[in-house]
Amino acid sequence: MSKTVMEHADASEVFNRDEPYVNWHDETLWFVRQKRDKSSKQLPEWEQLREAASGIKHYVLSHLDELLISFEQKAKENGVQVHWAANAAEHNEIVLGLLKKHKIDKMVKSKSMLTEECHMNEFLQKNGIEVIDTDLGERIVQLRNEPPSHIVLPAIHLKKKDIGDLFHEHLGTDAGATDPQYLTEAARQHLRDKFLTRRAALTGVNFAVAETGSFVVSTNEGNADMGAHLADIHIACMGFEKIIPKQEHLGVFLRLLARSATGQPITTYSSHFKKPREGQEMHIVIVDNGRSTQLGRKDFRNSLKCIRCGACMNTCPVYRRSGGHSYHNAVAGPIGSILAPNLDMTKNADLPFASTLCGSCSNVCPVKIDIHDQLYKWRQVLAKEGHVPKSKEIGIRAMSTVLAAPRFYQWSGRLGRTVMRAMPFMVNNALNPWYKQRDMPEPPKESFRDWYVRNRKN
Amino acid sequence: MSVTERIDMSSRDKILGQIRQNKPDEVALPTVTTFVSHFENTEDKFREMLGLIYTEVIVVKNLEELAAKAEELYAGVVNRATTIPALSAWADFSLNVSDPHELETIEIAIVQAEFGVAENGAVWISDQYLPHRVLPFITQNLAFVIPRNALVDNMHEAYVRLQDTLGWGCFIAGPSKTADIEQSLVIGAHGARSMVIFLLEGE
Repeated sequence: MSKTVMEHADASEVFNRDEPYVNWHDETLWFVRQKRDKSSKQLPEWEQLREAASGIKHYVLSHLDELLISFEQKAKENGVQVHWAANAAEHNEIVLGLLKKHKIDKMVKSKSMLTEECHMNEFLQKNGIEVIDTDLGERIVQLRNEPPSHIVLPAIHLKKKDIGDLFHEHLGTDAGATDPQYLTEAARQHLRDKFLTRRAALTGVNFAVAETGSFVVSTNEGNADMGAHLADIHIACMGFEKIIPKQEHLGVFLRLLARSATGQPITTYSSHFKKPREGQEMHIVIVDNGRSTQLGRKDFRNSLKCIRCGACMNTCPVYRRSGGHSYHNAVAGPIGSILAPNLDMTKNADLPFASTLCGSCSNVCPVKIDIHDQLYKWRQVLAKEGHVPKSKEIGIRAMSTVLAAPRFYQWSGRLGRTVMRAMPFMVNNALNPWYKQRDMPEPPKESFRDWYVRNRKN
Repeated sequence: MSVTERIDMSSRDKILGQIRQNKPDEVALPTVTTFVSHFENTEDKFREMLGLIYTEVIVVKNLEELAAKAEELYAGVVNRATTIPALSAWADFSLNVSDPHELETIEIAIVQAEFGVAENGAVWISDQYLPHRVLPFITQNLAFVIPRNALVDNMHEAYVRLQDTLGWGCFIAGPSKTADIEQSLVIGAHGARSMVIFLLEGE
């Protein structure tokens, strides 16, 4: 996983070399987006639900300290141990410490994007702990030694042949077998053995309720519950923004989450953990890792409202045609592109530019985050702080010169149209990035302005 | 105090301090956060939603009919477990074990649950109804029994009914599933491979 990090545009170029594959990827995600549309339209109150969810999250952001303190107190009363981690390193140390204390060197894990963000698996492996991801998609990418390419659909970038080959190598399935039913059954058997033999289970947290000290974990496969209810010790890790004030608010969020994510009215399992079972230890690790900094950025703090449904990825024309890995961040797509610069402006300066600013992400967001506005605003911040690549800066400067002078703009437009007509090879070549994967359009004979000036008298 | 405990204490104060410094101006909770669903018939909607997630709904008049149905549906299946006293003659697997790992060979579990939600076909089950939390997940096949009149329209109503959860509880909607291989739906990921819901009349 220590591959050289390519910028988004370069990684997309690699992704786009195989046209049928890109088309398939694009269509697969668009299909998920359409399921979301269909599902949301079943509820006449959909827009009011989004409004309510957004409002609750705004309340949360302005009361985070009180809500976290209340949650901690209630959780402790429930017999759950609460830990606080200021950053990824502390989070990883806390998890390792708990495992060491119990002399455990093997753990099962259900989906947690936070542990991806913290690169926990690598850290634990270096310290002699084996971590098995138990979500099918996550297990697939783990066996391939790569990160998930989507927060809800971790292996969405893979074809069943890739998975058949992988399972043949690692799980001993028949060579050439690609039937999803057969491959899933093989994974079920393989992972059931892990569930039955591991003494520690780590899960993520979808929602943590301040009022009750409980937390909810949503899965379709049942892997979080299989792990947690069989293990001696259950560790649940959460970014601190997962907190919601009251249990009744789960009604709002659980109605929105799965419908936005996959179009299901609810995930198969919505598990509410409050107290450890008899003889079990339950731990919650509350993680900051840059979130409190983001909270202080007026223009970007709303990104912390995110409930990780992935709808913005499924709808994004850039994500669908560039794939999750091109974002080189645990959370990809539009939401990842507004979260990542907060973590590291230098490393992630390219991401807010991986967007057409079409606004589709903001339109589908169940908690109404102004994602495309934030993408635009990050560009300003990154340019001001000198994180924009030179080539882009020159282009932007040239563009602003042209756009600032109307006469020069008219003249250059006319020149451009003439050149494209007379010498199409000047634009239809590899030096022009707009020519990649598409033909240049036939230029119009005149601009709208010229047409208007000529026809105004009539 | 161990090293990790020291991390915890100082980080807690640091995180909360930074939040206090950086949080936005106070915003009030929205006034409208619950909604009413207008279904013509709650049970029909419940059935319809469960049909979409491969779950059969069977109405039984009384416990005798439930026992007869159980015999009929799971004839020939061994390792049958139940939490319902009226089915004890039907079951051949005792849930009276101390280690939940011992449940791994259960083929079918018929379990009493609390209520169902029409808008999504989910059924609420909790510690109150289970000797082992892992039971509805580890069993190969699962059936819930809920009173026929214990149905609510949507999740807002569900949480009014729940008030406070006890130690642990879960909404379960249909059998376990995954679509992680090329978006092809496969039933039976890690949890139950099939699900039946019995609606018990009377009582």
